[in-house]
Amino acid sequence: MSTHQHSTNGSPESGNERRDGHHDEIAHVTPMKLLFGVWGALMILTVVTVAVTLIDFGAHTNLIIAMAIATIKAGLVVTYFMHLRWDRPFHTLIFLGSLLFVSLFISMTLLDRSEYQGSIEEMYLKKGQ
Amino acid sequence: MAQLVADQLPQHEPSGGHGHAQDAEHANNPFLAHHFDTPKHQFEAGKLGIWIFLITEILFFGGLFCAYAVYRAMHPEVFVYAHYYLDTFWGALNTGVLILSSLTAAWAVRNAQLGEQKKLVFNIIATITLAFCFLGVKYVEYSHKFHEQTLPGRYFNPEHEVWELPSYQRAHARSAHHESEAQAHAVEPQAGTIGEVAAAATGTTPVAPGAVPAPGAVPAPGAAPAPAEAGEGKEAKVAPPGAPVRPRNVGVFFSIYFCMTGLHGIHVIAGIITWAWILRRTLRGEFGPSHFGAVDYAALYWHLVDLIWIYLFPLLYLIH
Repeated sequence: MSTHQHSTNGSPESGNERRDGHHDEIAHVTPMKLLFGVWGALMILTVVTVAVTLIDFGAHTNLIIAMAIATIKAGLVVTYFMHLRWDRPFHTLIFLGSLLFVSLFISMTLLDRSEYQGSIEEMYLKKGQ
Repeated sequence: MAQLVADQLPQHEPSGGHGHAQDAEHANNPFLAHHFDTPKHQFEAGKLGIWIFLITEILFFGGLFCAYAVYRAMHPEVFVYAHYYLDTFWGALNTGVLILSSLTAAWAVRNAQLGEQKKLVFNIIATITLAFCFLGVKYVEYSHKFHEQTLPGRYFNPEHEVWELPSYQRAHARSAHHESEAQAHAVEPQAGTIGEVAAAATGTTPVAPGAVPAPGAVPAPGAAPAPAEAGEGKEAKVAPPGAPVRPRNVGVFFSIYFCMTGLHGIHVIAGIITWAWILRRTLRGEFGPSHFGAVDYAALYWHLVDLIWIYLFPLLYLIH
């Protein structure tokens, strides 16, 4: 099993000893290299996302780039730190399901956002003049 | 009633297809609850529970992200204007702190799984310490905002106008190097909607004669700061030519800022309490290779708190 190879990377003695004493593996043990690799990637992406705001691609493109980087970071956290990669697929399913419903919620609200602008502008005009 | 159920369950379970192997496992493992077959069974049940909780958290924060999306879509100029009042340095520092604490949390789960008791204690303490660091930075930021009076809604009454802020000056000195880009940048906060012009006309914002929206006016790098020009009182300040007119309802940005970071901060505090509880249980020797569930669930919650900050940071601090 690849999981056994992984778990021996960090601290072989304690890893093997404990695991052999137990008859079935309860959950995947994330190897040290992977933990620090993900952490390094997250730090680099944080620097990148700050650096990229210094370059002007236009407000829209800058927002898309920032959100894309944030989503890559979120993906790394969810996949490796939160073990979804080795977890039951059902957990991935309900997680993605929640994102689907949040995006439905936000996009439906955004579609409707101009509905009351007329009356808001009217109110301000009355108040101001 | 609960007592009745509790009394009946052990009698029913063996007849429900459980062999003697499980009974032995229950006898040997004081951490295996009687209604679970194996430690793995128990772990999976808890894991499903925590994931469903995390899903409700995502939906919970979804409401605030929705408010953000609607207001930014309607009034991008408010976000561009207001974000100069936030210090990217503190935001980036807190992002680093939280990512590092996510590492120690994930590491703690590994320690618990492998039975590395000392490292587990160390990593939990590191996670708690980093969580306090995060709150410390938030305290610095919040107290600065209270002093500056960059507060929600009608309490937005800043000590400094936007052109006096180093963040604004830096951004505009930089863009002045690229003439065409600077032009686009200068127009952006001034893109006068009817509302802004109306607000300017009513005199709700201190507007100097020279600062009437003038599309195409490029702020000269040297002309922006001029602290000598600014008087003592807020009304006496003279805006340099090309300075942006304050859009209507900038305070709404700070309402959103305080709601989102405040709710996130409450989650950080809840995380500290959770980790303190996990630490206590660790010191009592309650975790090991076959019963590390609670450490894993606490870490999952903590990663979600990190995840939300990963989005909050660019959305609030890195507006372009």
